[in-house]
Amino acid sequence: MLTHANGRRGAPLARRVAPLVAAAAVLAAFPYVGGRFYVDLVLTTMILAVFALSLELIVGETGLVSFGHAAFFGIAAYATTLLSPGATPPSLVWLLPAALAITALAALVIGALSLRTRGVYFIMVTLAFAQMAYYVFHDTRLAGGSDGIYLSVKPVLALGSITLLDLGDAHTLYYATLATLAGVYVLLALIHRSRFGHALNGIRANERRMRAAGFSTYPYKLAAFVLAGTLAGIAGFLHAVKDGFVNPEILAWHQSGTVLLMLILGGVGSLRGAVAGAFLFVMLKELFQSEAIFGGFARHWQLPLGLTIIACVALMPKGVAALSSQLRRAQAPLPDAP
Amino acid sequence: MPLDVLLRAEDVSRRFGGLVAVDHVSLTLARDEVHAVIGTNGAGKSTLIDVLAGELAASGGRVELHGRDITGWAQPRRARAGVGRSYQRTTIFAHATVLENCRLAAQARAQRPLALWAAADACGESRRLAECAIAQAGLGEHALRTAGTLAHGQKRQLEIAMCLATEPSVLLLDEPLAGMGPEETERMLQLLAALRPRHAILLVEHDMDAVFRIADRVTVMVNGAVIASGDPGAIRANTEVQAAYLGRDADAAPAG
Repeated sequence: MLTHANGRRGAPLARRVAPLVAAAAVLAAFPYVGGRFYVDLVLTTMILAVFALSLELIVGETGLVSFGHAAFFGIAAYATTLLSPGATPPSLVWLLPAALAITALAALVIGALSLRTRGVYFIMVTLAFAQMAYYVFHDTRLAGGSDGIYLSVKPVLALGSITLLDLGDAHTLYYATLATLAGVYVLLALIHRSRFGHALNGIRANERRMRAAGFSTYPYKLAAFVLAGTLAGIAGFLHAVKDGFVNPEILAWHQSGTVLLMLILGGVGSLRGAVAGAFLFVMLKELFQSEAIFGGFARHWQLPLGLTIIACVALMPKGVAALSSQLRRAQAPLPDAP
Repeated sequence: MPLDVLLRAEDVSRRFGGLVAVDHVSLTLARDEVHAVIGTNGAGKSTLIDVLAGELAASGGRVELHGRDITGWAQPRRARAGVGRSYQRTTIFAHATVLENCRLAAQARAQRPLALWAAADACGESRRLAECAIAQAGLGEHALRTAGTLAHGQKRQLEIAMCLATEPSVLLLDEPLAGMGPEETERMLQLLAALRPRHAILLVEHDMDAVFRIADRVTVMVNGAVIASGDPGAIRANTEVQAAYLGRDADAAPAG
């Protein structure tokens, strides 16, 4: 089997699934024990974790480093807001598919063009497209320009007069987001073990060899790119619904950079790493922004955050997800010299 | 018996700016024949393989596979039509098992990318092709080993096995004997001999002893152009070849 550096495959199924089930249980129980601020923070982090997972499909699985992934997060968030009628709650049945369809179309166009380049050019072209999207929303009257736009009435899922799901309710949104996170995780795990996933892994490891074997690699990469963009769109949709407000900053290059940092912190090539990276990043950011701990210095939170990230990457090159195997290796006796 | 020609190159050229790497080369590859292409470093042998495999577009000329013009076909399409190639530098997936290396290559013939629910390892067709290729290449006992832990010669065998897993009719082999010891070379030559009846084999190789032992036909390239082509005996006797490439080694090459 093609394995990632973190050895995602190989461990018995129960041993791999148990920590995930435990993590999901902790997240499910959290609203009953955590304060309102922290529940809201965890909700934001879960949305970012979906965003990071979507990027993992192209960066970790396929080896395509995109520096413009925030474009899809932002386009979906804007689409959600712009498509919502102001007065009545929009139905989830059409709003989510419509927002995702627009995002998928954007990913198809951007992917089709940018996948004609490779390596550092691909990074730059994806960045350029994301910045174009940023300026479309920032410098035009399409959606409130740099001020952003509000989504005041949240979408619902209703059957006749019975409301099944009201995303305007914080509690409901929390569990809908948790279910989405779990669903996206399972989908990506399925992809990882499927023929499609193995082909993507092969492209990451050696695209030349894959073409020599008979794989037309471009459609595979494009499919992964569009799927990743669409999944980022789900995160963008949840973000718009949660905050009830979107502004161009969510498409900007630093948002694309932040989600890449989450992957790097967690460990590229690992679904667990993507989720762990999102949580670690938000925790570190909150920690360094805390005036209770750092007083006036909290204003300069980017400095200690940056230094901590550098230290993490230096000490854990494969991310926090690989920390336990890294420690095991460090404790193992050295093999005898030949 | 008439030759069963599978691949035909006519007047094929490849230029990089002002440099002519392959200069109007014509050759045929027939089933049950090993066609060796020899030449000094930089003679254009690997570029010729790249052009025949479709990895590089030809600047001129025509390539036919089973009588069909495939000059405009991209590499993956040629591969699926039966053109397999191996690389001078080993291109195996080092972290994967031998079986998965071959299964992934075989998957190119049984692509069902939308079958997300089915685990790749459970794909019967690609697994069967992979196991068959591994057995053919003599790696049966190493099927579950991680490819990166194999010995150099075994890695080269795996490179061929990955080729075979795609069920090619034409094999373009770029220095399969590079860096091998005598035993490994012997094993590889036996493998090539076993593959010969069902395949048309193009062999680019620097090991002259091996070339003259196994080749049915030898083509000699200098500066991108063919200076001679014929059976090994004729090539050995060709004074132009001796002067241009073989030199004194021609005398040292074994009879046969």
